Amino acid sequence: MHIIWMSLFVSGISVFLASALGIPLGTWLGLLPAHRVRWAAQIIYTLMGLPPVLAGLLIYLLLSSSGPFGVLKLLYTPWAMVVAQTVLAFPIVTGLTMIAVRSKDKEIRDTAVSLGASAWQSALTIVREARLAIVGAVVTGLGRLMAEVGAVMMVGGNIEGKTRVMTSAIVLETRRGNFEMAIGLGIVLLVLAFIINSCLYRLQGVPRN
Amino acid sequence: MKLKAQFIVFLAVLLVLAVFAAACGQSNTGTGTPPEEQKPAPTELKLATTTSTHDSGLLDVFLPAFEAKFNYKVSVISMGTGAALEAGKRGDADVVLVHAKATELQMVQEGFFVDRHDVMYNDFVIVGPADDPVGIKGGKDAAAAFALIAEKQAIFVSRGDDSGTHSKEKSIWKKAEIEPKGNWYQSVGQGMGDVLRMTSEQKGYTLTDRGTFIALRDSLNLEAIVEGDQALFNQYGIMAPNPDQHPNIDFEGATALIEYFISDEGQEVIAGFQLNGEQLFYPNAQ
Amino acid sequence: MNEAILELDSLVKRFGSRDVLQVERLVFQKGRIHGIIGPSGSGKSTLLRILNLIEKPSAGRVFFHGQDISLNNGRLAVQRRMAMVFQKPVMFNTTVFENVAYGLKVRGLRGPALRDRVRAELKTLGLEQLENQAARTLSGGEAQRVALARVLVTDPEVLFLDEPTSNLDPHNAALIEAMVRSVSRERGFSVVLVTHNIFQARRLTDWLSFLYEGKLIEEGPTPEILANPRDERTAAFVRGDTVY
Repeated sequence: MHIIWMSLFVSGISVFLASALGIPLGTWLGLLPAHRVRWAAQIIYTLMGLPPVLAGLLIYLLLSSSGPFGVLKLLYTPWAMVVAQTVLAFPIVTGLTMIAVRSKDKEIRDTAVSLGASAWQSALTIVREARLAIVGAVVTGLGRLMAEVGAVMMVGGNIEGKTRVMTSAIVLETRRGNFEMAIGLGIVLLVLAFIINSCLYRLQGVPRN
Repeated sequence: MKLKAQFIVFLAVLLVLAVFAAACGQSNTGTGTPPEEQKPAPTELKLATTTSTHDSGLLDVFLPAFEAKFNYKVSVISMGTGAALEAGKRGDADVVLVHAKATELQMVQEGFFVDRHDVMYNDFVIVGPADDPVGIKGGKDAAAAFALIAEKQAIFVSRGDDSGTHSKEKSIWKKAEIEPKGNWYQSVGQGMGDVLRMTSEQKGYTLTDRGTFIALRDSLNLEAIVEGDQALFNQYGIMAPNPDQHPNIDFEGATALIEYFISDEGQEVIAGFQLNGEQLFYPNAQ
Repeated sequence: MNEAILELDSLVKRFGSRDVLQVERLVFQKGRIHGIIGPSGSGKSTLLRILNLIEKPSAGRVFFHGQDISLNNGRLAVQRRMAMVFQKPVMFNTTVFENVAYGLKVRGLRGPALRDRVRAELKTLGLEQLENQAARTLSGGEAQRVALARVLVTDPEVLFLDEPTSNLDPHNAALIEAMVRSVSRERGFSVVLVTHNIFQARRLTDWLSFLYEGKLIEEGPTPEILANPRDERTAAFVRGDTVY
């Protein structure tokens, strides 16, 4: 069951890295007036739909032994998959955080500022108030990564026991004509996604009254 | 009361859909015989085949020749041999062109397919880096070369996808009496092009069909290392799903395509097909 | 009682090319409940937001205790001496206690002192039994009382009220009005109340400024303005003829 562990490992680390970068950036963009970050926002929204194979291809070219980062020897390792998936998740987390922050921004900021909050304190308050949606952004990113196959297959190589993950195993079993096995893996993947989402949902601390 | 109303709406929707379906069916047969044209619109024929056949470009030459003579439009579905056979077994394709002779014959025996014919063969090549660290270049014995690769633990990238190429590779390991295992042996479950790319990147060895290799050679740092062994020959066969099991398949069209593949004319088209100046397939229908 | 706490001088606020506010001079005396009345869109709320330094004026100056605060240096220190209750109270998604504690926490207060002050304020407004309730589950009237407690606990010198009862039923509106009246007398802070409700203005305010299409039309002691408006537009509004 190495592939399950590998799926969790690669997507988990990727979404963590993407969040570490994307939540602060998204918050910052969300706090600036919308008209001033219009271009940045449009670029991020476009990248949210970045085709995984395109991201995979770019990372492949960068990490290829004839590419600029070939000396790192990362291609066909789990770390190459982490790089590609981080690139995929980063705009999603950033964009959704930006939207979440913006939706809370005005009324929360006015209230916080009129109660004497500094610029920094009101920003923190906005993030805290948007936390449900920000966790939602992270979950969305993780979901996209767990379901993604194009990029991991291209830069990871789908090497058995090394870089094979759930989705690339499903592709392989389908290609082999082992549809039962492919469906079985798909069910495992869905169950896994359900468990992770349940945990994160609990983490959001949804008030129960 | 409310339930009843919903049921009536449901019935109405069904009825509308049925009318639509009927109308569509009618218009299909209607456009099938336009009065101003003598020839009816071609019937679609689904050919399931392996990626290696499709990628070589042979079908792009062969099928137009067939379509010019018969009134069919052939849609090529390319996938791994395993999946292509499965598609035929399920009746999702009208004809199957693959290269796994033992499996094919077994499936004919089991009653899943009929009318199997040898069509042509091509050959496999062991490719590797030009400096050939294992020192097997120029050899003629595939099994011996595999044994040396295993012994030196040079990186070997395997298709690992139950494709025809993978079956061939496994048969050679068997012949060399080696169970390939370890970090050097990478089973990647990807198509031939991806496997060649990975092999080139890692300066490893792999087994490839000649067609894909020739097509991609310019973008790879790989050379043919071992070729010409009888064990590396690769027989292609064509067959149709059993029409008794799948009355919905176009058995008539399948027969026409099979007949054309093994006809003198079809065999000549195969022999004349070249890629980068090299002949890829050798017709051998009987 | 002739000390000005806030003064506006040649104030202009533009949104795009439209002047939404154009006030030559407006003085708020210390200790007063100063009402700003006028129909919707007359610029009342914008005026309040500028006074509370949430928004910057396009031109002109704002003085607080005679000091020019439109220059934007030391904004925070000045802002922490004022507070605003909005028309629609925005509750932070946490408990009532934490909402009321917010203003003190951002000022660095912690521990028992914080707790005591929050509890005392909740008690003053009769909210002590709601202390641990999730603020988002409060009714409209409760939420507005919590919003009032939230600003009063910071002990402001000026309290801005932006249509504080327009979303409330008469009972809750009366409660809020009573609290504003009693607490402002007790603690002696100044109030600026924006309202379009002429009856509320009569009940609560000492002084009235009538704003119309961003301009100050007239002002004076509340009974005088309500009884003898000089300008026809003021008269129409006071009679209740103005559609808003």
